[in-house]
Amino acid sequence: MSLLTQQQRLQLCRLLEEGLPLAPRPYLLLAQQLGAEEQAVLAQVQSWQEEGLFRRVGLVLRHRGLGFAANAMLVLDVPDALVDELGERLGKVDGINLCYRRPRRLPQWPYNLFCMIHGRQREQVSAWIEALLRREGLAQLPHRLLFSTRAFKQCGGRYAAAPEVAHG
Amino acid sequence: MDDLDRRLLNRLQHGLPLVREPWVALAAELDSDEAVLRQRVQALLDDGTLTRFGPMFDIERLGGAFTLAALRVPEERFEEVAELLACMPEVAHNYRREHVWNMWFVLGCASYAEIEGCIGLIEVATGLRVLNLPKEETYHVGLHFPL
Repeated sequence: MSLLTQQQRLQLCRLLEEGLPLAPRPYLLLAQQLGAEEQAVLAQVQSWQEEGLFRRVGLVLRHRGLGFAANAMLVLDVPDALVDELGERLGKVDGINLCYRRPRRLPQWPYNLFCMIHGRQREQVSAWIEALLRREGLAQLPHRLLFSTRAFKQCGGRYAAAPEVAHG
Repeated sequence: MDDLDRRLLNRLQHGLPLVREPWVALAAELDSDEAVLRQRVQALLDDGTLTRFGPMFDIERLGGAFTLAALRVPEERFEEVAELLACMPEVAHNYRREHVWNMWFVLGCASYAEIEGCIGLIEVATGLRVLNLPKEETYHVGLHFPL
């Protein structure tokens, strides 16, 4: 099996940034554009996924338009010795879409663990989070729930289409 | 959106199989037809339900940098500051949130040095201090919206 050249890899990366072609054999179509073999393109894409360059061939939904209007950022102040264990645990909870550790900025900002939760109704999301915190024995930890009340449009933002990475 | 659209979107949120003929595999799973599934995805892209379909590269792994940042904007200046950020191409996902830190946005740049430059620019232009909260550890990434 022939491998892609560096030039072909760059070109493939650029093509994929525009999305996967909606064709019966998308990797064949891409291979034809690169002057490569389908199997080489597929193997390259698989190896990029294994390396973690992307997580999945997925999609970006306009979630607000689909009724997911309640967007909550749960922030917690977790002792440093416990934050990794707790982050791993909360990250596995169905319903927590993103879970990151970020630095505290004392005295203005005491929270170091961030979780994003999206739901249809605010009251439901609040109740779900409070129940989760009680169940996990975390209700005593200092925490805040920051709901978004408005999303601002960007005039030509570069990363607007990439929420997974962009909440970075 | 009908039942097939919903099943298709729920399934695709977990990712299209990385195989030579992914739609054949998906059609078998969803008990549908591969050409119909592609037409459905195209229609969902056309009507704006989907803004993108394909692999999403991790910009940080490709050498770029992101941060989550916040501002504490006085109420009377909120619109003016939102407009300023709307015109900066490095800014994405600017949300108003209910907290004294009331404006939250993501900065995306080619490098962390550029992020710092961008934060400096926002601070000079607005006279406000930026809370810079770059990710230190990722525990989970997987936006999923059950439809």
